[in-house]
Amino acid sequence: MANKLIVSLSPHVHSGDSVQKNMYGVIIALIPALLVSFYMFGLGAVIVTLTSVAACLFFEWAITKFILKRERTTILDGSAALTGLLLAFNLPSNLPLWIIIIGALVAIGIGKMTFGGLGCNPFNPALVGRIFLLISFPVQMTSWPVAGQLTAYTDAETAATPLALMKMAVNGDAAALEQLPSTMDLFLGNNPGCIGEISALALLLGLVYMLWKKIITWHIPVSIIATVFVFATLLNLVDPAKYADGLTHLFTGGLMLGAIFMATDYVTSPMNHKGMIIYGIAIGFLTVLIRTFGAYPEGMSFAIFIMNAFTPLINTYCKPKRFGEVVKK
Amino acid sequence: MNNFKVLMNGIVKENPTFVLLLGMCPTLGTTSSAINGMGMGLATMFVLICSNIVISSIKKLVPDMVRIPIFIVVIASFVTVLQMVMQAYVPALYATLGLFIPLIVVNCILLGRAEAFAAKNNPIASLFDGLGMGLGFTIALTLLGAVREFLGTGKIFNIAIMPEEYGMLIFVLAPGAFIVLGYLIAIVNRLKKA
Amino acid sequence: MKKLESSLKNMALALTGFSVVAGAILGWVNKVTAEPIAQANAKTLSDAIAVVVPGFDNNPAEAPETIDVDGVSYKIYKATKGGEFIGAAVESSSMGFGGELKVLVGFDVEGNIIDYSLLSHAETPGLGSKAADWFKKGAKGDITGKNPGEAPLVVSKDGGQIDAITASTITTRAFLAAVNSAYGAYKNQHVDGTSGATQQAAAEEKTENVENK
Repeated sequence: MANKLIVSLSPHVHSGDSVQKNMYGVIIALIPALLVSFYMFGLGAVIVTLTSVAACLFFEWAITKFILKRERTTILDGSAALTGLLLAFNLPSNLPLWIIIIGALVAIGIGKMTFGGLGCNPFNPALVGRIFLLISFPVQMTSWPVAGQLTAYTDAETAATPLALMKMAVNGDAAALEQLPSTMDLFLGNNPGCIGEISALALLLGLVYMLWKKIITWHIPVSIIATVFVFATLLNLVDPAKYADGLTHLFTGGLMLGAIFMATDYVTSPMNHKGMIIYGIAIGFLTVLIRTFGAYPEGMSFAIFIMNAFTPLINTYCKPKRFGEVVKK
Repeated sequence: MNNFKVLMNGIVKENPTFVLLLGMCPTLGTTSSAINGMGMGLATMFVLICSNIVISSIKKLVPDMVRIPIFIVVIASFVTVLQMVMQAYVPALYATLGLFIPLIVVNCILLGRAEAFAAKNNPIASLFDGLGMGLGFTIALTLLGAVREFLGTGKIFNIAIMPEEYGMLIFVLAPGAFIVLGYLIAIVNRLKKA
Repeated sequence: MKKLESSLKNMALALTGFSVVAGAILGWVNKVTAEPIAQANAKTLSDAIAVVVPGFDNNPAEAPETIDVDGVSYKIYKATKGGEFIGAAVESSSMGFGGELKVLVGFDVEGNIIDYSLLSHAETPGLGSKAADWFKKGAKGDITGKNPGEAPLVVSKDGGQIDAITASTITTRAFLAAVNSAYGAYKNQHVDGTSGATQQAAAEEKTENVENK
């Protein structure tokens, strides 16, 4: 075989990139955050993560085999495992098993396979699962275990998240902002929240890894983070007693997780740099808007979801100039 | 085309919700439970039958260039009558469907059937068309409402089938309407192919 | 009969004719249903009042009293039986998690809560929206029979006696604040003897203390 002349159409040079390579790259980037969550939430985090990944892989396999009746299974390309991992990162560590399994079914079934599988889904599947669960089971999805209970699962003690406290401040509870954990605790991850979102530091490590490996570009995460910081700081300047400051916004809730891992999903984000920046700014703006004035405490997932829907439109208006095309005057 | 065929046409082949995709606003807005869906379907059916009969009886008196305003006047009159009667005698149902009753006027099924059927056929056939379309709409809305009520609260027609804490709230809210409708249409298309 | 042509005369005649007929029918139906509609509307309000203050034989919905406490106005529907005062339903509101939360609270003569009804709210579905049933008789956060005059209603998390709605402490606080202020309005309206005013002042002071915690 080796000395056969292979004749094919261009392109002839391949960068070696593949779906698998990128998906497993993202999974590696998630490992620091995963370790922090195991350290903070112990057994609960392990159970939720394993269940979510296993359920996503199972549904991916079952749907391709029995409903779509495709020959080739896509179970090993890493995308289902990544969806499962991201879904678990967006769940509290005391969530009952049956809810996680419903979430995985919705993420893979409704979020991805209904549209035709990887590459055809308009919305990030893990987000579909998370938002579905958040709206369907608001009580379970917003009871966050306190960090440090290593052996507890569904019986873990719960507490108000920093975001809930911020919401109380907006509604006139003057003392709420003072109960916020220190910025350092928020940055390292010592606060109640979803499994993967608590430690901004670990997530930033993931970002550095992905930038180094050229899995993603800086445009989306940086534009989201900058917009949130600027907008939140402006609100904070208007009334410091009501609105938390920019740094607190950055390190609470799913902001880092969303900006680095959820919004940058290849399939559902704009294709070129200008589009990515528009997309990022809009997500940041919507996030602060929903966090501050909406009915739910966390707005990151909704903001990404809304902008996922706008991605085709952004792509239409931010087409790169064709090579050789003359700029119209 | 005999009257029975006209009737079945509205229920199956040209089902206003699953095939023609007409009247989506009440379809999505009122079907949070089976009983609400059925109420909305029956209210629409009443207006549809009345307006179909009247429009096909007066079609000779209506000059072509002003037919749309006149059809709308007829439809709007029946809707207003229905609204006042419901408000007076079934205030509980009116409280749930209230906002959507006046919207029957702009429901495309009504004007659509007036244009496509009643204005070209005799009153008897129009009655059957109204009945068929109305039944098709009612069945679709009741089905949608029942699925949403079951998934959302574990009940159908308020009869508990599974414990309520397993209900997925999203199905009672607006996004659930879109999700369920999408899958019902997919299932109907699949069944029609087979 | 031939179809009418679209001449100007025909169009004008047809439009006018149909409008007149439709108008006449609607006028007639309106006349017939006006009375039942008015009754049905009145019944909706008086049914709501009957839930929170049962057993009256007057028509409380007819003449609500409006009173102002600290610049906020409250509507009070007085219920009497055989001419004797048996309690009142007070409409009160506060800011919840998602927006304004409006409740109708029924008090008996002593100021005990008989029942309540959530009139309107903008709370998160499935969380704060549970307030509609959470505080009813036999439910987890039962407030019936309690008297905000003896001790203002406070969430157990803040050192009070009422269990908060799961994962919705803010809504619970807002709801209880609305109930407490409804009681304030009610007591202001019916100062029973001299002690009423002092009791009221004491109650308010307590509320404030708790809020400061």
